[in-house]
This record gives sequence, structure tokens and C-alpha cells, in this order.
Amino acid sequence: MAAGSRKAGAVAYQALALGAVTAALWFLISNTAANLEARRIASGFGFLAREAGFEIGESFFLRYSAGDSYLRALAVGLTNTLMVAALGIVGATALGTLIGLARLAHNALLQTLARAYVEFLRNVPLLVQLFFWYALITEALPHPRLAHELLPGLFVTNRGIFFPLPGSVPHLEGFNFTGGAALTPEFAALLIGLVAYTAAFIAEIVRAGVLAVERGQLDAAHALGLTPGQTTRLVVLPQALRVIVPPLTSQYLNLAKNSSLAVAIGFPDLVSIANTTINQTGQAIEGVAIIMAVYLTVSLSISAFMNWYNARVALR
Amino acid sequence: MNRALTIVLAFLVAAALVPFAQWALVDAVWRPDPDACRAAHGACWGFIVEKHRFILFGTYPYDEQWRPAVATILLLALWIASAVRGFWRAWLAALWAAGLGVIGVLMWGGLFGLPYVENERWGGLILTLLLTTIGLAAAFPLSIALALGRRSDLPAIRALCIVYIELIRGVPLVSLLFMASVMLPLFLPGGMTIDKLARAQIALVLFAAAYLAEVVRGGLQAIPRGQYDAAAAVGLDYWSAMRAVILPQALRIAVPPLVNTCIGFFKDTSLVLIIGLFDLLSTIKVALTEPAWTGFGVEAYLFAALVYFVFCFAMSRYSQRFERERPVKDVVLREPA
Repeated sequence: MAAGSRKAGAVAYQALALGAVTAALWFLISNTAANLEARRIASGFGFLAREAGFEIGESFFLRYSAGDSYLRALAVGLTNTLMVAALGIVGATALGTLIGLARLAHNALLQTLARAYVEFLRNVPLLVQLFFWYALITEALPHPRLAHELLPGLFVTNRGIFFPLPGSVPHLEGFNFTGGAALTPEFAALLIGLVAYTAAFIAEIVRAGVLAVERGQLDAAHALGLTPGQTTRLVVLPQALRVIVPPLTSQYLNLAKNSSLAVAIGFPDLVSIANTTINQTGQAIEGVAIIMAVYLTVSLSISAFMNWYNARVALR
Repeated sequence: MNRALTIVLAFLVAAALVPFAQWALVDAVWRPDPDACRAAHGACWGFIVEKHRFILFGTYPYDEQWRPAVATILLLALWIASAVRGFWRAWLAALWAAGLGVIGVLMWGGLFGLPYVENERWGGLILTLLLTTIGLAAAFPLSIALALGRRSDLPAIRALCIVYIELIRGVPLVSLLFMASVMLPLFLPGGMTIDKLARAQIALVLFAAAYLAEVVRGGLQAIPRGQYDAAAAVGLDYWSAMRAVILPQALRIAVPPLVNTCIGFFKDTSLVLIIGLFDLLSTIKVALTEPAWTGFGVEAYLFAALVYFVFCFAMSRYSQRFERERPVKDVVLREPA
């Protein structure tokens, strides 16, 4: 009897919750439909084929001009997002690992410096850091005509960072450099900001992972006569990775999502191009839906890959 | 080897710090004089001196700026009082309600002879603090409901909570803010409007709730099965067991990661700049657009970084101390990935 009434209660609760959510969704959807009709906005993705009519500052793989469609503009935004996220993940992992290991170093000064880095970088909003790097590049670096040549062919200027490619070396022409390849100030600021910020979090993860390896394991490796290099590679790393990979995954996801802050410093990532598209076409719902669908796909892909990797390093 | 490394590092640190100190202190200009700033080689702190009222209070009417100043101090006092564990009693909630009421009266006015100030004119530090406070206060109960729902035995409830939490955590905050600023007006029945500040606040609440829910869930997972059994054995129903046995322990365990989530949220409120709200970072950015003062972004954002750092560092120190003084024994708290 009691079990029966509890079961009835459970069904009633769930029916109530589903009913409430459905009613809320129906309310929002019907309001939206009425509002769109009142404003004479046609919904749908037909606008994607129309001419975009705006220029995009930089594009890595796709050719694009203002005459191309919105769809192509958004594709350029997507490749820019993926590019900065991929480079950011590689850079943040490398820098974060170095700083995490520096926090464990025997040298007290090195330890203190690494700790100061982590404390400062992770306690300041990423957006502030992006603005800071952007201001530093555009205000403090010299004009191309007075450019620093850090390494042969590598020029650091307030118009961006220029570096040589095989067969093409940057050289001054008029007021700017041509030839070689360039990182625009926007891209450089975004990448530096994402790498520096995320590295602070990754450093703490790496440190915790290494500390999680028991002291006895090192003694055992030493007793077996393994060299320090072998100990790191064969004993510490495989065990530390098991602790490191799950939280590292969420840092990668954060970095990918944080790349959307590009919109604030004018780097043409997916969000800023979708934003321009929304402003020009008024297709707010479709624009936001595209942003969300893309990020959900990217997030799920990174999760799936890291879960696969985690299963490989996990205990069997 | 170790000593050599120390010497090399000390040399590198000095090589970086000495020019920085030269720029930031020795050659710096503290007078609010843009021409002197441009002539000097050092930092232009005069920008901060000149613009401090605007940075702190935004476009709030100049003669009334004592009101956001008092509100800021009041709000900070409430936060500091809440950090004292001995004050975690029912009266603290009453104090918060009263405090927020006073802050509302101060900010809006229209009572006791204070002129009315619409919230479009609020800005600066108080806006950042209010977005954080109200965001957390509204998101916290929602997050408890979501965490309980995600661990519920009822499949429909569980599915709804999982979809909500993962959907919000899967997309960037920027997209939620866009949604609030451009789509929310479409969601409402014709003729009903909602101002920009409230829209941003709703997006921030929905966002924070999903992240807090995962931390609360971590706390719930750390409670040993025996506690649930014991609560059932003494005849408590689900809600009584949660209220009297499970949640008090789970939330206690979750305090350090909850504080970390709060720090993250405090930093994330800076994103409202993207949809055109005048928070602390936004007022600094706008102050830089005045022609006389353009080009001092490095100084301005270093100042912004310092202000945010003071708040976040204090909170993270608090969370670390809490963890040290009251270590959680015998339970392993897993922060959800």
C-alpha cells in the first residue's frame, strides 16, 4: 500500500515537472512566434545564402570577401575559433606543465615565481587580461618603421607580429610589413591571453597530479636502478596522468568556450561574426542557435576525445 | 647547481622588475594631466586619479555618488560578516535581507527625499558587486534543486536536470548573455518589457546555477550511503532527510569549491561589458575613449587587474584557510569534471 502510493507520488511528481516545463516552453515559443510576426521577421535559415557584405580581418584557411554568403562568413569564424582554440590548448598545456613542475622544484626562488604567476593570473578576469595584452601590443610596441627585430626575420610591431615563412621574409613596404606571415594584434592578444590564463589553472592540475604519485613509487623506481628520466616517463607520468586528465579536460573545454571573448577585442571568431550577422539581419534566434549548436558540438567532441584518452591511461 | 639557478633567476627577475619599477613608480605621472603623461616615459596614473569617480560609480548622478559609495561599503561589510563562521545563523539571512533593502533604497532612491535614479545609470564597482551578489543569491537555491534533481530516482526529473546543467555548461557565457539581450525580449508577451540590467542578471543566474549545481552534487556524492540509510531508519521522509541530515553535511564539505565557483563567477560578471552594461571593467574602458586620455590602456587595465585581484585573492585565501582549519575527514570530495 505504502509502496503503491509512493509510486503514484513519483509518477505525479514527474508528470507535474514535465507538464510545467512543457507549459513554460509553449508559453515562450508562442510569445516568440507572435513577436516575430508583429515585427515581420521571417524565421528560418534562408538568410545564410544571402550576401554578407562585410569584410573579415583575417581568415586562416578559407578565402573570403565581402561578396560571399553569410554561411561562408560563419565558416570563416568557425575556422578562426578552432584555430585559436587548438593553438591555445597546445600552448596552455606546454606552459602550464612547465609552471606546474616549477612549483614542485627544489629551488625556492623558482617555486615562488611559479606560485606568484599562478596566484596572479587566475585571480584576474580573462577579459581584463585580454584588454591588457591588446593595449600592450597596440600601445607599447613600436610602429612598423621602428620595429624590433627579435630574431632574424621576426618583427614585433604595434600592427602585429611578423615572421618569415619558407621562401618569404617580411620586409618593410610603406607603412607596414609585407611578405612572410603575420599574427594580427587581435589574434596575438587573444592567443597570449588564453594561453597565459589557462596555463595558471593547468599548472595547479599538473602539480596535484604529480603530488598524487606516492613517495614509495619513487623509492621503488630508484631501488630498481631507473634513471630520473626513466622514472618520470615510466613511473610518475603514467600514474600522474590518471589524476590529471579529467580536470585537464574541463580546462580545455573552458579554453574553447573562453575563445568567444574574441568578440570583445575584435578578433573575428564565430561569436563576433554571428553577432555581426545578427545585427545586420535581425535573425537573433538563428544566430544564437548557431553559436550554441557549434559550441555544444565542440564541447562534446573535446569531451569524447578526452574520455577516450582517459580510458587509455586509466587503470585496467 | 641549485645556487647557480637561483643566481640566474634572481638576475632575470631583477632585469624585469627594475625597468618595471622605473616605469610604474620612478617615471610615473600621478597628476591628472594628459600632456604631462604624454611627455613622460613612465606610467600615467594620473588617468586613474582623474577618472576615479567615473570608474567607481559610472554615470550615476555626480552629486548623488555618496549613495553608491555607502551601498558599496554596506555590501562589502555584509560579505565580510558572512565569512565569519560564528555568524552562520538564521539572523544573518535577516541581516542580508535588511541590508539589500537599504542598498536598494540608496541606489534607486525615490524615498526619504532621495531623488530617483533609474538603474540604467548605475555603474562601476557597485554594479559588479550587485551582479555578483544577486546572481549568487538567486542561483544558489536553484542549484540545490538542480543537484538534488540530478541525483533523484525519478528518471524524468533527473533527465530534465541533466539536460539543463549540461546545456548551460556546454555553451560560452557570452552566448547566454547574447540570448538574454537579443532573444529575451522576443520571449515575453507583447507589450511587456524588461530592462537591460535585469536581462543580464537573469542570464548570470541561469549560468551560475548550472555550475554551482555541479559543486553541490560533488558534496552530495561525498556523503556516505550510511547517512541516507540512517535518516530513513529514523523515519525521515525524503525532504526532511535532505534538510536535516544530508544537505547540512554536503554543503559544509562543499564550501571550498563553492567559494572557488564564486570567485569564477565574480570574474565572469565582467562579461556584461559585451552587452553594454557599465560594470567596473566597462567604466574603465569607456573612460579610455575620451580623446585626451586614449592610449593609456596598459595603466588602466593594470589598475582593473589589481582591483579584481584584491577581491579574488581574498576569497581564495579564505577558501584555503577554511580547508586547512576544518579538514574533511574520511570523505573524498570529487569536484565534477
